[in-house]
Amino acid sequence: MNTATPPVRAIKARRSVMESIRRDLKTAPLTAWFGMVVILLYAICAIFAPLLAPYGESEIVGKAYQLSSPENWLGTDQIGRDTLSRLIFGARNTIGIALITTLLSFLVGGSLGVLAALKRGLLDQGISRVVDAFLAIPVLIFALMMLAVVGKSLINLIIILALLDSTRVFRLSRAVALNVVVMDFVESARLRGEGMRWIVFKEIVPNILPPLITEFGLRFCFVFLTISALSFLGVGIQPPTADWGSMVAESKSLISFGRPAPLYPAAAIALLTVAVNFVVDWFLHKTSGLRDGH
Amino acid sequence: MVTDKKRVKGETLLDIRGLKIDGYSDDVWNPIVKGIDLTLKRGEVLGLIGESGAGKSTLGLAAMGFARPGCRISGGSIVFDGMDLIAASEEQRRALWGSRIAYVAQSAAASFNPAHHIIDQTVETAVAHNIMTREKAEADARDLYKRLQLPNPNTIGDRFPHQVSGGQLQRAMTAMAMSCRPDLIIFDEPTTALDVTTQVEVLAAMRDIVEQFNTAAIYITHDLAVVAQMAHRIMVLRYGNLVEEATTRAMLKAPTQEYTRSLWAVRKLQKPESISDDIALRIHNVDASYSGSLKVLDNVTVQVPRGRTVAVVGESGSGKSTLARAITGLLPPSRGEIYFNGKPLPRALHERDKDTLRRIQMIYQSADTALNPRQKVRDIIGRPLEFYLGLQGAARDRRVVELLESIELNESYIDRLPGEMSGGQKQRISIARALAAEPEIIICDEVTSALDQIVQEEILSLLMRLQKKTNVSYLFITHDIATVRAISDEIVVMHQGKVVQQGPKSKVLSPPFPAYTELLLSSVPEMDPDWLTGLLAKRSKKVKAATA
Repeated sequence: MNTATPPVRAIKARRSVMESIRRDLKTAPLTAWFGMVVILLYAICAIFAPLLAPYGESEIVGKAYQLSSPENWLGTDQIGRDTLSRLIFGARNTIGIALITTLLSFLVGGSLGVLAALKRGLLDQGISRVVDAFLAIPVLIFALMMLAVVGKSLINLIIILALLDSTRVFRLSRAVALNVVVMDFVESARLRGEGMRWIVFKEIVPNILPPLITEFGLRFCFVFLTISALSFLGVGIQPPTADWGSMVAESKSLISFGRPAPLYPAAAIALLTVAVNFVVDWFLHKTSGLRDGH
Repeated sequence: MVTDKKRVKGETLLDIRGLKIDGYSDDVWNPIVKGIDLTLKRGEVLGLIGESGAGKSTLGLAAMGFARPGCRISGGSIVFDGMDLIAASEEQRRALWGSRIAYVAQSAAASFNPAHHIIDQTVETAVAHNIMTREKAEADARDLYKRLQLPNPNTIGDRFPHQVSGGQLQRAMTAMAMSCRPDLIIFDEPTTALDVTTQVEVLAAMRDIVEQFNTAAIYITHDLAVVAQMAHRIMVLRYGNLVEEATTRAMLKAPTQEYTRSLWAVRKLQKPESISDDIALRIHNVDASYSGSLKVLDNVTVQVPRGRTVAVVGESGSGKSTLARAITGLLPPSRGEIYFNGKPLPRALHERDKDTLRRIQMIYQSADTALNPRQKVRDIIGRPLEFYLGLQGAARDRRVVELLESIELNESYIDRLPGEMSGGQKQRISIARALAAEPEIIICDEVTSALDQIVQEEILSLLMRLQKKTNVSYLFITHDIATVRAISDEIVVMHQGKVVQQGPKSKVLSPPFPAYTELLLSSVPEMDPDWLTGLLAKRSKKVKAATA
């Protein structure tokens, strides 16, 4: 009979944040890498648009409807602006606006969701039922209606989309926060006499962040597609500001002449959506603890 | 048919040789089971005991030829009734599972599907393996319910899992495991989640049915007294190695290994009782209820002297935890008064000032949920220091280290997250967090029931030492009588929201007992293989006498 020896398992060395990021990146699948590279390229385009674009955003450089040429790689649009330059500037506008909108919707929806989970009772009932009512109406139709009522401006667009989107964020953040609120450490903080701010930001939010970040990626895609759709319908981002949705709208008739013009902005939209989804999938897989069976 | 095979006692059913199992974590394979031999004869019950991490559950599952996700069988052989389970295909093994080898899990509530009737789940295996027709299986299930002494055996199967008690559900799961008359059943801590009073019934029913059908069983538990009632032979495991193996009687009489002896150390731990009249907390005629309906506390009066430990015992639903909620102000009492240092305590939490809150601290049963998984030890212990005492920066960290040392951990733990510590260490951190506030009263809500015996003993002695040092009072809520014996000065017995008995330990634990206290005390398993048999005989005699 052998006497037991304690397990010889090295105490896990603490990883710094940088190290664990590097480690995660090393194990990232190809799709995630593809997504990250594409998002990075889009970000560079958006940030350095004036430096990268060969011409100005609304600068008329030649005749309308030119085919690709060494001067205008992707040709020109209906009033003779360079399509490539507008595509690059479009990244800045479309992505920037979508990002601001998503951030705003998470700020509103996320904080209301956590608050409802924490307070329960009448407040929760009140907000939840209002949100249910909003969720019953299709976003695009509701946005169109609201834009018609308050007038089409960039600020209005951002606020309306953010508010509509925050209903979905509310539902998620309330649900995940409910799971955390019942934990003993939250009760322990309440017994300590902690204020609302501490409980929300120190106890609850760090524990619900992974699903919210994942959702952020997905909602960003939806917002971005909705903005493109609204622009296509002519109520989104207004000319002469370059934006992919309206670029598709302006050149859509060219498709019947076999010209690829509407496909460039459409491809830009599709590629970004796919890329964001790849990254989100990877993140979700990593944080949800789903593992491939060994 | 499998079940028709003659069961000959003495024939080897399961033979495990040199089994090695690895678990995957932190990118490497760590050995969990390190070369264990195990043989089991037909009709024999083998007890596997050890603390958590000893590899007993992994070994139990391996006896089915199953390795949990993240585990792999890396060596050795498992032969079940002449069939090599490691070499067998997935399909061959699946044909065995449920029909010839069955598994009873710890938490019946988590193992039943809440959306289906109990009987549908009981007969599912037998029907799926085409062993019986549905009608026959259902009739058989009702017969099993009866043998397991479930109330209303003919109709209980039509209920949903949430409509029966935990003990009944655990028995229903045993019926499920029995439905195909397996050759081998693996019980994985089947009574750990139950009250002592319920545990007795479940143990008796399980032992009885295993005997009736001459089924071989592996009984996994960390409670030596329980395994003594069930098993013919006991194997003690530690860190994946076999420490000691002997027949139950031989092992209880003369354990050869130091480690085996230490396993029942907690039962020997005993603090001399000391009485004090200096009352720190007085709960006076308190009623409390959830949403105004049923009274969960009914006219409860309890006194907690300064620097002493008052143990509150009772089974689940007796109102012990509600008492804690009433004291902390989470559930304001609907009647009665709570006096703290002679002054009435504001009823609701938000009416109390910071200093009052500081003086009453709480430690929870499960350190897993009581510590924020995203906070480091530095912040967990540091926050009360900062919040109540205004300590900042280096002064705060210095005090955190002092507190870590007082709970017998060291500086190196300061940057750890809860997930990087063991269960006992996490519970120590919870204790340090409560101590950081320099409280006068600490409410301990089942603080040791989620821990192994040895760790329990360590935590209890730590609490006692800390009490001596700081003169803090404990209100110790528990259902475990061994714990009560170990640390209390006074005992309060609760049943259905009422205080049944209250007084110094020596008085409450010696006869004459009120009926409920006697039931509670007599249900605590003892280190005697004949205890359960004796107890059942005594109880049935009493019932007969009462009916005669």
